[in-house]
Amino acid sequence: MQQTNDQIIQIRWHGRGGQGAITAAKVVAEAAFRSGYGGAVMAPTFGTERRGAPVTTSLKISRSKIYDLSPITTPDIVVVLDHMILHEVDVTSGLKPGGWIIMNSPRMVKDYSFPGYRTAVANATRLGVEAGLRKGVVNTGIIGALGRASGLIGIDILAETIAEEFSGRNPDANALAARLVYDATLMDDSTTGGPTDA
Amino acid sequence: MSKAIIESGNVAAAMAVQLARAEVIAAYPITPQTPVTEKLSELITAGRMDAEYVAVESEHSAMAVCIGAASAGVRAFTATSSNGLLYMSEQLHWAAGARLPIVMCVVNRGIGAPWSVWNDHQDAISQRDAGWIQIFAKDHQEIVDMTLKAFRLAELVHIPVMVNYDGYYLSHTYMPFEPPDAERVDAFLPAYQYKHALSPEHPESLNTVTLPDARLDVQGVKRGGYMDLRHNLHEEMGMAIEVWEEIDRDFQTHFGRGGAPVTDPYRCDDAEVVIVAMGSMANQFRVVVDRLRQDDGIRAGVLALQMYRPFPGAMLARALQSAKHVMVYEKGLSYGSQGALYGDIKSALYPYPSRPQLHNFIVGLGGREIPTESLYQTTKTSCAPDRILPPAQSDVPQWIGLQL
Repeated sequence: MQQTNDQIIQIRWHGRGGQGAITAAKVVAEAAFRSGYGGAVMAPTFGTERRGAPVTTSLKISRSKIYDLSPITTPDIVVVLDHMILHEVDVTSGLKPGGWIIMNSPRMVKDYSFPGYRTAVANATRLGVEAGLRKGVVNTGIIGALGRASGLIGIDILAETIAEEFSGRNPDANALAARLVYDATLMDDSTTGGPTDA
Repeated sequence: MSKAIIESGNVAAAMAVQLARAEVIAAYPITPQTPVTEKLSELITAGRMDAEYVAVESEHSAMAVCIGAASAGVRAFTATSSNGLLYMSEQLHWAAGARLPIVMCVVNRGIGAPWSVWNDHQDAISQRDAGWIQIFAKDHQEIVDMTLKAFRLAELVHIPVMVNYDGYYLSHTYMPFEPPDAERVDAFLPAYQYKHALSPEHPESLNTVTLPDARLDVQGVKRGGYMDLRHNLHEEMGMAIEVWEEIDRDFQTHFGRGGAPVTDPYRCDDAEVVIVAMGSMANQFRVVVDRLRQDDGIRAGVLALQMYRPFPGAMLARALQSAKHVMVYEKGLSYGSQGALYGDIKSALYPYPSRPQLHNFIVGLGGREIPTESLYQTTKTSCAPDRILPPAQSDVPQWIGLQL
């Protein structure tokens, strides 16, 4: 009889309606599954969302099947597709001590201070354009930052899964965006928080 | 290598219907069902499914089209949710009475008023007496497998089947599942043959006004009146449990999955506390059961009810004979009474010698969040030895997670 208490890694995604957080989480679910995580559950939170409003989606990954489909309340990682959401939503809500905040932001990692948490920052908006994407497409780029900071899934399998998901919709540029962001992600894993004014 | 893919529950359902080679799809969109029939319409338009998609103006018409198709010997499918299911209620009763083997996915959602697009089981429960078989899936694999098995069951017993799965929790959630191989599905599910299929060559008069008393037909054979036909429906509904088990055994030989078609027990063998639930919440309870055993030394188990109608009362009563506590958690109720499932289980236990302490919990109506922690706390508190309530208090539903 299979036990259900295997460790589950919980990732909460914060984006804006229309920004593609759900697609990004789905791609990571797929890549995790291909990397040997037998349990990968992606559950969007449905409300009365409209374009531009803050939205979240939950991704749980585990080595074995996941039975609990309830929404994530204590994430290990939060991924933020738009740094301006920090002004509207407490993205650290429930985040486990030492958990990662992985953010698309034009600012530097040292500009942020989240005591007790680890921070990773990359400018996925700019790097997306460099990769050949329309300005504002950030959901594939941020996957690179998640791969880099968490070390959960290799960048090759992430890029490959992105290219398949976006087949017919700029697959190479989307995959390249993730690779560029992966390389450019800056991390502060001290959990003491940076020196600053954020 | 596993052929598993990651997709949404609605796409899983659509894939099963495609594999089942349904020939007529008639549906009206309603959240959270819509992606099922959207996917089917895409498959048909792309030439990947040989079926006719009938876009109708209401759920009542959707079921009417399915009734017409099934009467003509054509495999028919529809899907709906919530008020859409209620709008087809009159046709649901007709499909069951006419003994037509229609399969329908019901993506469970709360009922308005007030409007809710979120999950509970009130839609399905409100139709429990319509004469349909009702089964409940816990995950995407079960959505696929149950839908395929449902076509075979419906066509063997000539009773329509509702495949229920939770809106959002399953419909819009992505998780891995294995789509069955198409050739094996063809071997498992033969084409629908209906001996009373409407045909100008063999005119028959079906479901006309049927007198209260039995009478002779034109050949001089005694035929039942209305009550006799309804008795047949009831008897054959009961027999459908065994047929469902046989189908599951055959499914296992084809696909290697199955084994718990009617009830799916988890750690129930030595359990003193047995939780009974339907749908995805029963899987959520596995985590609770593990924790109660590990942290509190409480011998708990969860019994997922996979088939709600016909109600496997005797099977449940026997399974619950050695439990001290039976906790029925449900996402719906009969207003002014108690949980429908709770009432069914209490009634099933009455003729048996051991009657465990029963508890009824109403949770998650209209998508109210069901934290795993609160399921754990409620279950743990309710089975504490010093918490014996008099019947007037113990036999009423407790609402979990109220905010007012």
